[in-house]
Amino acid sequence: MITLLSETLCISCDMCVKICPTNVFDRVPGDIPVIARQEDCQTCFICEAYCPADALYVSPESDRPVPVPEKQLIDNGSLGEYRRILGWGPGRTNNSDRDTAHLLRTLRGPFRDNA
Amino acid sequence: MTAAIWDSGFAAEGDGDLTLATDVLVIGGGPAAAWAAWSAVTSGARVVVVDKGYLGSSGAAAASGNGVLAVPPDEQPQVAIQRYRQGNGLADPRWIERVLDLTWQSMPRLEEWGYKFPRENGEPVRKSFYGPEYMRVLRRRLLGLGVKILDQSPALELLVDRDGVVAGARGLQRQENRRYSIRAGAVVLATGGCAFLSKALGCNVNTGDAYLMAAEAGADLSGMEFSAQYAISAAVNASATRGVPYAWATYTDADGNDLGGFENGRGRADFLANALLKGPVYARFDKATPEVRAVIEKSHFIAFLPLRKAGIDPYTQRFPVTLVLEGTVRGVGGIRLVSDDCAASVPGLYAAGDAASRELLAGAASGGGGPNAAWAISSGQWAGAGAARFALALKNTPSDRPLRAVGQVGLRRTEARPSFDSDAIIKGVQGEVLPLDKNYFRTEAGLTTSLTKLDSLWRELRGTPRLDDPRSIERSRTAAALTAVGRWAYRAGLERRETRSLNRRSDFPHTDPAQRHYQIIGGLDEIWIRREPVEDVTGHSHLAVA
Repeated sequence: MITLLSETLCISCDMCVKICPTNVFDRVPGDIPVIARQEDCQTCFICEAYCPADALYVSPESDRPVPVPEKQLIDNGSLGEYRRILGWGPGRTNNSDRDTAHLLRTLRGPFRDNA
Repeated sequence: MTAAIWDSGFAAEGDGDLTLATDVLVIGGGPAAAWAAWSAVTSGARVVVVDKGYLGSSGAAAASGNGVLAVPPDEQPQVAIQRYRQGNGLADPRWIERVLDLTWQSMPRLEEWGYKFPRENGEPVRKSFYGPEYMRVLRRRLLGLGVKILDQSPALELLVDRDGVVAGARGLQRQENRRYSIRAGAVVLATGGCAFLSKALGCNVNTGDAYLMAAEAGADLSGMEFSAQYAISAAVNASATRGVPYAWATYTDADGNDLGGFENGRGRADFLANALLKGPVYARFDKATPEVRAVIEKSHFIAFLPLRKAGIDPYTQRFPVTLVLEGTVRGVGGIRLVSDDCAASVPGLYAAGDAASRELLAGAASGGGGPNAAWAISSGQWAGAGAARFALALKNTPSDRPLRAVGQVGLRRTEARPSFDSDAIIKGVQGEVLPLDKNYFRTEAGLTTSLTKLDSLWRELRGTPRLDDPRSIERSRTAAALTAVGRWAYRAGLERRETRSLNRRSDFPHTDPAQRHYQIIGGLDEIWIRREPVEDVTGHSHLAVA
């Protein structure tokens, strides 16, 4: 569930407002957006992928809001992980060519042994 | 922003409403909607897309990586046979073949539009996507072709002309605080399936809206009994429903006893559901070798992201798991298609992706991610082209026709009746459809009891909806859709007195060859259901059922 919109990192681009599939954020004229409907968050993490400032954090807990230590998340580089995985953002190379799904078939599944 | 504009409810049109006219209106924001819009616009139609979320981030495909059943021509006959057998008697060989064919042909287009596939020996391997990037590429392409996209604009009801031909839709621009009304020559419903707000990955936008809107316009549905699809997820994050890494897990009970089963669609059927009904189940990916890890961490990164955030090392630590309902998203049922161009059973209406019944491709079984992605690509294109053809052949332009809005439950005020609490109704529906012992394992007694409750919720919905602001309107409409889908799913499940793939009847544990038929369902206050025979596989003797 979305638990952090960092006031220190947010650049007021309102991208999260625009792209959240479940309309969790609200624009605030002249200010940074707010998490207006946290209970509607579906924990899909996609706002993290779109946020150009790495200012959002979606906690893994999908059923309840768990407060997170903002400074610690910033300091240990936890913010923006989805964006790094995708290779989205200036100075990064898109990572879709690192997709390995086509190799799954070549792996030996343990299930075949005890079927 | 004043609430006053909503005083008359959603029914009346008012000043400040957005009104548009187009040839093809596509409702939805996932891959099926995008492919439908692409196909319609390249067929020469003007196209408007409306989505409740954002075309690019909405839905199951955008929210993660997924495989695609994209098979080279020389392998297609063999794969078609496998798919047909997995469909448990209800897949259609001709449709399987045409999906395989069109999907394979479509993949290079994505590369032209800028999607970077992985390469092997210098050649692109076009068999899977990183979802957010896939959808970003599709969005950019549509905008480049002049498709108008209205994001954050849930459609709430269809418009029909005097003859009942579907000719547009009305809805909300929820961030602009205004209504919209779009007249169209034809409409494609591609809003996804219904996962009952279970929080299955990316699926909370998939609330069965298309099924309700289609039924109100007189269209029927098929395969709704094949809706009990669940997916494994870590319990702490009952959301990242991606099962592949769990194929390399050992499962244990609370005391650490090895439960001996495995998950991910193979091996002992129903192992996990049975175990979870007895008590907590823990997983650990301890069968994943370094070679396996290197693959699954990149193909299914979204399963690992929440675990890492939660501080769980899934290779060394046991962690509790659960099953999350995916309903008809990864299940099967939906709007019945009546022609090769994905027309629904009322003129002017087309359906694609999870909004359409996937029985033709997947039969009674979950297609799984790969076939479902292929279905979105192919059914989207057929529906878009079909809708464009229909719209461009109309004698009267849409703006000439007098239209009426056909939305009912959750949208219209009936002054004499009491109001209802949409959130309470949604909770009530979830109480009947989420539990494993009601939905995963079905019985006549259980389904009947649930149907009685769902029918009672439906009567409540017949009361006066709260229509004070965009969110309450959307919420009451969602409550109506979830209740309607629950009733269709369980009524169809009740009528099918056998276990066939996703309809697991504990009281009829075997598949009955005499029930190898489709179940067509529709109706709102009064639900009706009828059987339709499966077309024989004549001409496809190589696909004869074993």
